[in-house]
Amino acid sequence: MTANPALDLAAAVRRGERSAVDVLEEHLARVDATEADVHAFNTVLGERARVAAGEVDAAVARGEDPGPLAGVPIALKDNLCTRGIPTTCSSRILEGWQPPYDATVVTRVAAAGAVAVGKTNLDEFAMGSSTENSAFGPTRNPLDLSRVPGGSSGGSAAAVAAGYAPLALGSDTGGSIRQPAALCGVVGVKPTYGVVSRYGLVAFASSLDQVGPFARTVGDAALLFDVIAGHDPADSTSLPGAAPVASARLGEGVEGLRVGLVTELVGAEGLSAEVVAGTRAAADALAAAGAKVDEVSVPATVYGLSAYYLIAPAEASSNLSRYDGVRYGHRAEGAADITEMYVATRSEGFGAEVKRRIMLGTYALSAGYYDAYYGQAQRVRTLIIRDFDAAYQSFDVLLSPTAPGTAFPLGEKTADPLVMYLNDVCTIPSNLAGHPAMSVPWGAGADGLPLGVQILAPALGETVMFQVAAALEAMAPAGPGSSAR
Amino acid sequence: MTAATATEWETVIGLEVHTELCTATKLFCGCANNFGDQPNTNVCPVCLGLPGSLPVLNRMAVEYAMRIGTALHCTVQSSLFHRKNYFYPDMPKDYQISQYDVPINADGWLALPDGRRVGIERAHIEEDTGKSTHVGESGRIHGADYSLVDYNRAGVPLVEIVGRPDLRSSEDARAYVDELRAILVATGASDGKMEEGSLRVDANVSVRRRGAPELGTRCEIKNMNSLRSLGRAIEYEAARQIAILEDGGTISQETRHWDETLGRTSTMRSKEEAYDYRYFPEPDLVPIAPSAEWVKAVADALPPMPADRRAAVAEAAGMAPDADPVVTVVRLDLDPLLNAAVAAGADGELAVKRLANEVAAGLEQASTLDPRAFAAVVGMESRSELTTAQARTVLKELLEHGGDPAAIAKAHGFEAMAAGALSGVIDQVIADNPGEWDRFAAGEDKVQGFLIGKIKAATGGNADLKEASALLRARRG
Ligand SMILES: [Zn+2]
Repeated sequence: MTANPALDLAAAVRRGERSAVDVLEEHLARVDATEADVHAFNTVLGERARVAAGEVDAAVARGEDPGPLAGVPIALKDNLCTRGIPTTCSSRILEGWQPPYDATVVTRVAAAGAVAVGKTNLDEFAMGSSTENSAFGPTRNPLDLSRVPGGSSGGSAAAVAAGYAPLALGSDTGGSIRQPAALCGVVGVKPTYGVVSRYGLVAFASSLDQVGPFARTVGDAALLFDVIAGHDPADSTSLPGAAPVASARLGEGVEGLRVGLVTELVGAEGLSAEVVAGTRAAADALAAAGAKVDEVSVPATVYGLSAYYLIAPAEASSNLSRYDGVRYGHRAEGAADITEMYVATRSEGFGAEVKRRIMLGTYALSAGYYDAYYGQAQRVRTLIIRDFDAAYQSFDVLLSPTAPGTAFPLGEKTADPLVMYLNDVCTIPSNLAGHPAMSVPWGAGADGLPLGVQILAPALGETVMFQVAAALEAMAPAGPGSSAR
Repeated sequence: MTAATATEWETVIGLEVHTELCTATKLFCGCANNFGDQPNTNVCPVCLGLPGSLPVLNRMAVEYAMRIGTALHCTVQSSLFHRKNYFYPDMPKDYQISQYDVPINADGWLALPDGRRVGIERAHIEEDTGKSTHVGESGRIHGADYSLVDYNRAGVPLVEIVGRPDLRSSEDARAYVDELRAILVATGASDGKMEEGSLRVDANVSVRRRGAPELGTRCEIKNMNSLRSLGRAIEYEAARQIAILEDGGTISQETRHWDETLGRTSTMRSKEEAYDYRYFPEPDLVPIAPSAEWVKAVADALPPMPADRRAAVAEAAGMAPDADPVVTVVRLDLDPLLNAAVAAGADGELAVKRLANEVAAGLEQASTLDPRAFAAVVGMESRSELTTAQARTVLKELLEHGGDPAAIAKAHGFEAMAAGALSGVIDQVIADNPGEWDRFAAGEDKVQGFLIGKIKAATGGNADLKEASALLRARRG
């Protein structure tokens, strides 16, 4: 069995064998050692974390159970609201803003005993695939500092890969958890839309955004998933009823499960040969372990990228309107009237990629264009769901690459947004469908950097998705970066 | 505008009425929905639109909207929220959550008191904005030195009732708003207070040559805060448009601002400056799909509407439904007294008249009026045991102090005159005033008042003056 750092730590803390404060100091020491190079965090919560860890130890001393994440350090993406702690979305426009409330997921992990160690860097407002679009500078891949960690949750992925925390929370709108997980050699999960509360997640594209876990192992990711999943009355899109249990069938193998290799995603534009070979090898491994593996076509997924780049910017253009300098965050000085103040504030406060998407989205929603753009994209979405549903008539889970290649050098893809956008070609369809998907490490590329493979499941299919992920993890070829752990 | 041209032109008006709902809390959060509290005290992350916050729909607001739709004979249907995007400092998210092409209530009508129907296109739910105070000479945001914003009102539930352009005069418009307000209050959804801004009216006004098949270009008039200013604004605007058209000009479609002090409208936004609201379905909310049972329960629980009540009062009184006393009795909620009085045997017409006059005048005490006592007074009047003047006196005292009507009448010395007694009094008055009698007998009707006055004085007000008149005329032959 693979060791599960978070599970093992929590168990030791709950039994009183390890102190949460010691565990925290060990992780903070790693932060001290390499964070200057990696820049995973916008904010490190040293003192607050020590207080929280101390409370966990005190609870244990009183004979209480601090919860399933007792004393486990966790990194929080800096688009999750934290009461009294700056929440920047890596944007100048929110610099200095301190939310008066905690996101539901933040409350849940704290209630489970986790200790928040910091707020992680991201592409501004989660728009990007490399964490280079941060107003506070890029995050670097801990496995190779010349490379990006992926994005937009690059800080969270890097924090886990660098050993700053065994667990992290990210958000995934088009692949922002899974792609950096693949590039950093960790596990990353995008839950079913509505299974994890979005309350307190600063919105990028509301109908696509989902909060999800990062961990070094599938078991740890399941542990964190089971803590954050579940109905939240504060989020109207939160699903009623009990959430699927991720940890229910870990270790049960894949004997008899039907696994479909998605033709369109394995054949997608821009995938490296080693990525395709890796995914096929993973499929073969599952077959060897007793799964029934076959190729399956999900035709409408080829329109996913185009639909996504209409829907996500359209929603973003509306969601980001509120950053107008009137109530909080950055306000431009010296404007003569309200219109000038709006224009100057937003021109100064937003980075280039955010402006690009606001303009794209504004255009897509404009009178006379709505039907051709936003309306059409929504129809594509319906088709993608229909095609996935058809595939799930014959398969329990689907398989595809996560990202087109291994981590790429900083600056390599910043010149051409369209090249950058291709990073998400395999991950976007699950967001459009609202289905769960996760990335698990699967060996390394020729450059020695990690590769990931993606498991897709139908809505609320997390239990079987994690079951397959655990089986793949157990069979995965050796990956890089074990020294960093 | 000359009288001749005024009759050549027809004014066409469609009204958009926003009403705040009387919910305890706001539309999408748990903040109190209170008018007049200290600024920015009823606020939270949701109604301030803070990053990461999400709306949760208030079920009671939906129910109130359904009541309004039902009362306006709309189809109550499954509906969606949309975002209406535009920038304004009192709108925390810089978009308003509203309903667009699938409103909760569609296609109904409202009957004016005279029976004419005004079409209702839709009555949809939306959130209110905050309230801006622009400090500076202009009083508007442009040119202000600074602006203050109170977000207590942000997120207060509204229903916007969009009427079809079926109104033809400022009187029509006022009657429509008056009736709509009565309906809204009857549903319990709104307090209908125009002065406090819980009822806000925008008017789309156009003019056309009488008989022309097509509507003229319309202007939307905003900022009327009373029924009176609504009427004035419509009249001003219609006259302005007619003057332009008669000069050979054309009307440009625009939004105009009514200035109460200057008594005129002025351009607020031209068509070119009109916002593109970029409506799209609100992804943070799910569709509202009220069950058939809920829709039915709401309809079944609705109290009778003003029109139904007027019809009932009109029938009891033998009057027209839009007769003034009928309208007054219903507007002042006096029809329960009427029903009780009629049940106790009182004459309907007389009861309606007393309610619309004496009881309406003493409205503060009306709630303490014992329906049986009221019925007794009306009964005494209808049996001629009291004259009209006496009945009024008794009723007034009953309203002020309560008591037994018969005892009050007795205390005032109001006693029914014995049959034949009146005749004797008339004999005496004729004997005492021979000159006046001769003139009356010769056909000089205006002397009748003098003689009646004498009869009234001679009987201490106890005479039935109607009967006295009849007797005088009979004597004259
Ligand atoms: Zn609130």
